[in-house]
Amino acid sequence: MADLKLTDVQKVYGGTVKVLSDINLDIKTGELIVFVGPSGCGKSTLLRMIAGLEKITGGTLEIDGQVVNDVPPSQRGIAMVFQSYALYPHMTVYENMAFSLRIAKADAATIDAKVRAAADKLQLTNFLDRLPKALSGGQRQRVAIGRSIVRDPKVYLFDEPLSNLDAALRVATRIEIAQLKEQMPDSTMVYVTHDQVEAMTLATRIVVLAGGGIAQVGTPLDLYERPNSTFVAQFIGSPAMNLLPGRITGTGDVTTLELDAGGGQITSTYPSRDSDMGAAVQVGIRPEDMTATEGDIFAFQGKVEITEALGEVTLLYFQKAAADQDAVIGKLAGIHQGLRGTTVRLTAKPEKVHVFRDGVSLLHRDAPVFLPGVQPH
Amino acid sequence: MPVIVTGAITILIGVGGMLAYFWLSNILLDRVFFPAKGENIGRNVRRATAIRPWLFVFPAIFALSLYLVVPVFYSAYLSVTSFASDNLAERGRFANYAAVFSDPEFRIALFNNFLWVLVVPAASTFIGLLAAQLTDRLSWGNIAKSLVFMPMAISFVGASLIWSFVYHPDPEIGILNAIRVTFGAEGGRTFIDGDVIDSLWLMVVLIWIQTGFAMVILSAALRGVPEDTIEAAIVDGANPFQIFFKIKVPQIMPTILVVWTTITILVLKVYDIVAAMGSQYRNVEILPTQMMQSFDSGNYGFATAISIVIMVLVLPVMIWNIRQSRAELR
Repeated sequence: MADLKLTDVQKVYGGTVKVLSDINLDIKTGELIVFVGPSGCGKSTLLRMIAGLEKITGGTLEIDGQVVNDVPPSQRGIAMVFQSYALYPHMTVYENMAFSLRIAKADAATIDAKVRAAADKLQLTNFLDRLPKALSGGQRQRVAIGRSIVRDPKVYLFDEPLSNLDAALRVATRIEIAQLKEQMPDSTMVYVTHDQVEAMTLATRIVVLAGGGIAQVGTPLDLYERPNSTFVAQFIGSPAMNLLPGRITGTGDVTTLELDAGGGQITSTYPSRDSDMGAAVQVGIRPEDMTATEGDIFAFQGKVEITEALGEVTLLYFQKAAADQDAVIGKLAGIHQGLRGTTVRLTAKPEKVHVFRDGVSLLHRDAPVFLPGVQPH
Repeated sequence: MPVIVTGAITILIGVGGMLAYFWLSNILLDRVFFPAKGENIGRNVRRATAIRPWLFVFPAIFALSLYLVVPVFYSAYLSVTSFASDNLAERGRFANYAAVFSDPEFRIALFNNFLWVLVVPAASTFIGLLAAQLTDRLSWGNIAKSLVFMPMAISFVGASLIWSFVYHPDPEIGILNAIRVTFGAEGGRTFIDGDVIDSLWLMVVLIWIQTGFAMVILSAALRGVPEDTIEAAIVDGANPFQIFFKIKVPQIMPTILVVWTTITILVLKVYDIVAAMGSQYRNVEILPTQMMQSFDSGNYGFATAISIVIMVLVLPVMIWNIRQSRAELR
């Protein structure tokens, strides 16, 4: 129902503390955009700026082509679902959902129809007369969603809506939100979370926020397969991508690499230029893309310090080469026993080998890449 | 011996005595009666733990029984046994109560008391709530709050004296009359001169004192209203008035009721203000002042009968108040 356009948006507190800057984002009607990022990256602040609960200190925010920087929240055509649900504790479920319409002086029949339709959609019909305190966490969350549905907004804003639920309920409610989105294909949604699974499963596109700016925008698999920087590479995916220091020894459509730790030459499908010859790079391989090898060509070799057998996969934590480096992690499919304390060689297919020069992916160096300058975890 | 020395000695004996009591009684319990050793160590420790709280509450219970519970029963006893004249005594046990309820002055006092109960808690709570909300976001809100709260620190008699000056008939002294004269009134007017309505002028004093109390409690309660619900209401389109009356006030309603009833109990017991400002006028009399007058003139049966009436009036409010504040704690 509505496009959302952020142009050079920034947030400055007290004239000096810059929280967000140069936020440029085009959100199309019907998209479900997820903001992710490490704690304190400003993702909730950005959402609250869209809602109108925080002042936009620079740039413009357009909803449906209209600049709404100075429009009060209730007239922006948005509805917000809060992390704590923010239900009115003294009102019944029905009154909670009807509140905005009553404020807007809608007639009783319209209110009743809308509230009942929303309650029906969210399976809340039997709870309309209850107070929030008599509901479970998941039901409260549904009431909060129902409260936004009755307003029929152009844009739905979700601020970490599932973080107060327990693990099982979180999965169920996540699927409910996905189904709700299916039922309302025209509604635009912006969703803030710190949970990667929520981001990967719900998003049309993910916006990775960090260090006061946007690190990368793209579809979930885009970010997973083609991260533009070491930051995004390590932020998306769990456990984080391994980064191994190395050098480029052959350029072209396929790049040949030699790692500092030895192991012969491995290849990556990332293309490189002649000028890259001999350049120091970081070779990124996801733990789940690593496979064990007995051969002389390998990407990594190390002593296994800890193993975690989860049944479907076995995680190998290798001894650190130096104290300040992250431990290399391998994730092998299936069950592998007796590897602890042994030396294991790992390698990866060329299409699974990512190459970063100065923190920027070789695939993305023609476009400007924002390097957040903070640690992903 | 100078007074200050006796005072200091009294305090030393009082505080020292209490310390000695707590110390010695606990030593007795732990060393002599239930020592934490020997074959019954588990049982001894358990018993000592069960008895210890009683050691600590005993002085309070003892003092309260002696000075509160016993007098209540003694008053009740006096009200049915002590009679001003043999004539009255012949009319049966409850002659004092019959006399109280047929006394026209008692009716005036009772009516005035109802006025006080109706006006003062309502006004104090409402103005206090307003003050709490209005000072909440001000940069100088804390200064404003201290000023509103300050009358709480003044004794009722002191406050009555201050307001006697405010109401003073001489425009040179009374600020109200000074204002009236500025706006063209001829000479000063006497505000408290025996009309029933004059009670209102006296109530102002108590409202002035109690507003600070209401404000402080309600201000804390308002701070406790989750910010999220307010933001949700903003997104829902509520204006500041609607946010205040439909979101904030309903959420702090339990606190408002506790403040209301607490002030009601206080109002039912108020004595000093009327005694200090309107003692010469029958029409502003309330139950406690009437009780004191009967007491002063030696009519103990009549006085205690009134005191029992006051207690019966306060009791239900008190029980409700305690229940409500307990519910709020939960």
